Amino acid sequence: MTGGPPVIEVNDLTRTFGSFVAVDRITFEVHPGEVFGFLGANGAGKTTAIRMLTGLLVPSGGQARVAGHDVYTESEAVKRSIGYMSQRFSLYEDLTVRENARLYGGIYGLTDAEIRERIGAMLARLKLEAAADTRVSALPLGWRQKLAFSVALLHRPTIVFLDEPTSGVDPVTRRQFWELIYETARAGTTVLVTTHYMDEAEYCDRISIMVAGRIEALGAPSDLKKQFGVESMDELFVRLARPAAGASAGAAAP
Amino acid sequence: MTALWGLLRKEALHILRDRRTLAVLLLLPVLQVVIFGYAIRTDVEDVRLAIVDPAPDFATLRLRARLTAAHVFRVVTVLRETEPLERLFQTGTVQAALVFEPGFADDLGRGLPARLLVITDTTEPNTGVTIQNHVLSVVQSAAREMPTRAGGVQIVPQARLRFNPTAESKNLFVPGLMAFVLTIISCLMTAITLTREKETGTMEALLVSPLRPWQIIVGKVAPYLLVGFASVIGVIVEARLVFDVPLRGSVPLLLAEGLLFILVSLALGVLISARTDSQRVAMTAALLGTMLPTMILSGFIFPVESMPRVLQYLSNVVPAKWFVIIARGIMLKGTGLAYLWQETLVLSGMALVLLGAAARSFHERLE
Amino acid sequence: MRRILFLARAEVLHIVRDRTTLAQVLVVPIVQLLVLVNAATFVIRDTPTYVVDYDRTSASRGLTNRLAASGHFRVLERSASLTQANDALLEGTATLVVTIPRDFEKSLTREGRAPVQLVVNAEKGSAAGIVLNYAGQILARYSAELGRELRPSLFTIGMGTSEPAPGRGNPRIDARTRGWYNATLDYRHYMVPGILVALVTLIGTLLSAQNIAREKELGTLEQLNVTPLTRAQFIAAKLLPLWVLGLLDLGLGLLAGKLVFDVPMRGSLLLLFAAAAIYLLVALAIGLLISTGVDTQQQAMFVTFFVLNVYLLLSGLFTPIDSMSPWMQAVSQLNPVRHFVTISRAVLIKGAGLAEVAQPLVILCGFAVVTLSLAVQRYRKRTA
Repeated sequence: MTGGPPVIEVNDLTRTFGSFVAVDRITFEVHPGEVFGFLGANGAGKTTAIRMLTGLLVPSGGQARVAGHDVYTESEAVKRSIGYMSQRFSLYEDLTVRENARLYGGIYGLTDAEIRERIGAMLARLKLEAAADTRVSALPLGWRQKLAFSVALLHRPTIVFLDEPTSGVDPVTRRQFWELIYETARAGTTVLVTTHYMDEAEYCDRISIMVAGRIEALGAPSDLKKQFGVESMDELFVRLARPAAGASAGAAAP
Repeated sequence: MTALWGLLRKEALHILRDRRTLAVLLLLPVLQVVIFGYAIRTDVEDVRLAIVDPAPDFATLRLRARLTAAHVFRVVTVLRETEPLERLFQTGTVQAALVFEPGFADDLGRGLPARLLVITDTTEPNTGVTIQNHVLSVVQSAAREMPTRAGGVQIVPQARLRFNPTAESKNLFVPGLMAFVLTIISCLMTAITLTREKETGTMEALLVSPLRPWQIIVGKVAPYLLVGFASVIGVIVEARLVFDVPLRGSVPLLLAEGLLFILVSLALGVLISARTDSQRVAMTAALLGTMLPTMILSGFIFPVESMPRVLQYLSNVVPAKWFVIIARGIMLKGTGLAYLWQETLVLSGMALVLLGAAARSFHERLE
Repeated sequence: MRRILFLARAEVLHIVRDRTTLAQVLVVPIVQLLVLVNAATFVIRDTPTYVVDYDRTSASRGLTNRLAASGHFRVLERSASLTQANDALLEGTATLVVTIPRDFEKSLTREGRAPVQLVVNAEKGSAAGIVLNYAGQILARYSAELGRELRPSLFTIGMGTSEPAPGRGNPRIDARTRGWYNATLDYRHYMVPGILVALVTLIGTLLSAQNIAREKELGTLEQLNVTPLTRAQFIAAKLLPLWVLGLLDLGLGLLAGKLVFDVPMRGSLLLLFAAAAIYLLVALAIGLLISTGVDTQQQAMFVTFFVLNVYLLLSGLFTPIDSMSPWMQAVSQLNPVRHFVTISRAVLIKGAGLAEVAQPLVILCGFAVVTLSLAVQRYRKRTA
């Protein structure tokens, strides 16, 4: 964690769809260089929140600043400083590794020299040199996820948002992925990652847990465990999720 | 049977929820009836005419008056020379021009041939020829009234148009349109709906369920049948109300033949879906393999007799062609099975062969 | 600007690597061109005809011979009975029945006129009118011929640029006819420019609608929306390859048209391509507009099919605009396809120049501006 003003400041952020409240006045901050875990069950509102922060969705209420820019009025400026890896894998399957990287490098305005250099470094780090010119569709899922992550970092954003990056991936790859995340954070990039795997929470510097659109827990994993008197994050989650499941039956979309 | 009901309900819900596709399915036939009625015509009226009369005299003025009086023409401009004509034709401002030579009346009086030139835009050959005829017949009847020695012979054609007394194009498109609508719904939609299940993987779930394969097909397809039938009835009703298209023959026979045609299209749709897992490919194949031939080769818009031999033979393979003959016979001529049994036989044969092939292909994919 | 090129290059790669799209773009149009041009014709040949000849004179036989020799009619029976003929008409064996009355030759000689009845099966509407036209022409020509024999003629008709018939100082009107453009009356020459327009339209609108709908479905669109790429840049990058492709297809189509059908190309091809360039912008923008309104590829295809169907039918491509009812003609002014069809026919067949097609060209420019702005406007990177 490096010092400085928060890279993400969220205050009472809200989003409704008709009468359904997907995100209910959440408030939190993310500090530079942090690995922040954005946890919650499926349908708790994590993806909606992320879409608001990345400029894909207009909030219904509240304030949010990302990388020093207001998400309402400066969403394009926000986009210049962030990287994003969506839940649905979104690199082009019919393009090669290199072609995908070059495309996004170009879109973010890197020079040809920068592109060449950074792609080289990326391939080396991922040990994908041999596969540089194979189509992405030929890569196994784990490699694809790592690739998407790396491509999102090509333009050296201030923050990178990862939406369920390890879904459907085997434990070994998951481990490798988190190593990548640590590396990235150590280099100064802030990482906000959502996941519904509660054990991954332990890997984060701080986490928040969303239940039915609200943040019910916010802090470092060890602090939270003490605060709620539980041994594991799983237990913590169950503790938080159950009363909500009873009170607002069917509020969360699957 | 309850399993089948469940499938039917699901499919119906699916159709209702995909509002855009539903809108297209329902709106397209309605719009097409209007388009075909008012736009797809080859009648020639209100011909824009230019007159080039360098030295007007009583004879040329007389002839010009006759042309104006014949309501087929609208004299757009009168010129002194032919120079501007090219431009007028190129912009489409005029469709024909009548060029008098100077001294017209004089020549007539002196017994010399009085010349005039009729120029028609023959870009579209039929319009061109029709306009030529119109002009010539006006000139001819004017000539008969000329104050000179009457001579010459005139064979007067008395034309009667049977089965379509007003010869209006609009009476003809309804059968073709019905075929078109039914092909979209029975063939295209069937192919799409079956491949969609395959693409999303839910087909496997269906196959594993207690539903038999034929029940799956019926369940998925029946709702579209209803939509199709409704569309066709809508087309007929609209055509009769708006354009007064005749329906002289037996309605039950028409509906029965329609059902036969639906079966053929359905079978085609199933066959297409059996060959591919991708919706996109299915749709392209259906469009190219059935829609296009139906529109072009069935005699719907373009008469089959006008096509080169090869295409005429090809059109025999297109089910829509036979249905169009049948439907036109029933609607315009009021004929029954006695005259249409051959075409019906062909259609039935197609239905049997295709249904058999479809059933077999479906079973094969299961193994 | 560079960013546009990066994305455009990726687009080209997509197209080249997708076999279905490639087929759609290269093979299908040419096949369609070949089939459609041959099929989409209203030319009448060999119309099955029954002749009921009550006169049996040289004049009546002469008429039958002329009909048979014209190539437009196939005379199946020269002296049928009326019942036979009627049955044939009902069955569909005959399309035309020509009835020559008893005193045909006599009436012609004595009074100078005689009727001939033509009954045509009008089931196929347009064909009936044309059949009558041809018959009428043959009758008129035969009249002129007979006139010279039977009665000195006042009136002669020359077809084409023939010399006036020799008279003996008889006053007469000598009307000659000339067909401008497509003098060979080849229907295919009329259809090729129109079909080319249809092809270019298909490519432009269908591909652009499908393209973006597919990205929506796959989720790659979201990834692009998150980048600092502006709407205008995104749209430019998406449409550029398709625009080039459309023009390429036009070129291929023209080549095929020239090689296979010997289509005349009287006007400036440069003018045609310039018009095509503008028109393609409109077609692409419309595809884009469609894609902003749908969620899936299937819907994209359906809506596009619907829109194109209406546009193509109302464009004067298959049937002339002049034959439409007046209010329909007015409505068709709103149809960009109509204007491009007019331009391509005027340039290719009539040899029109810039001045002659200026009006539709300006209208197309207007359309381009409007549709593109609408498309850019409607495309949202951020959901409200």
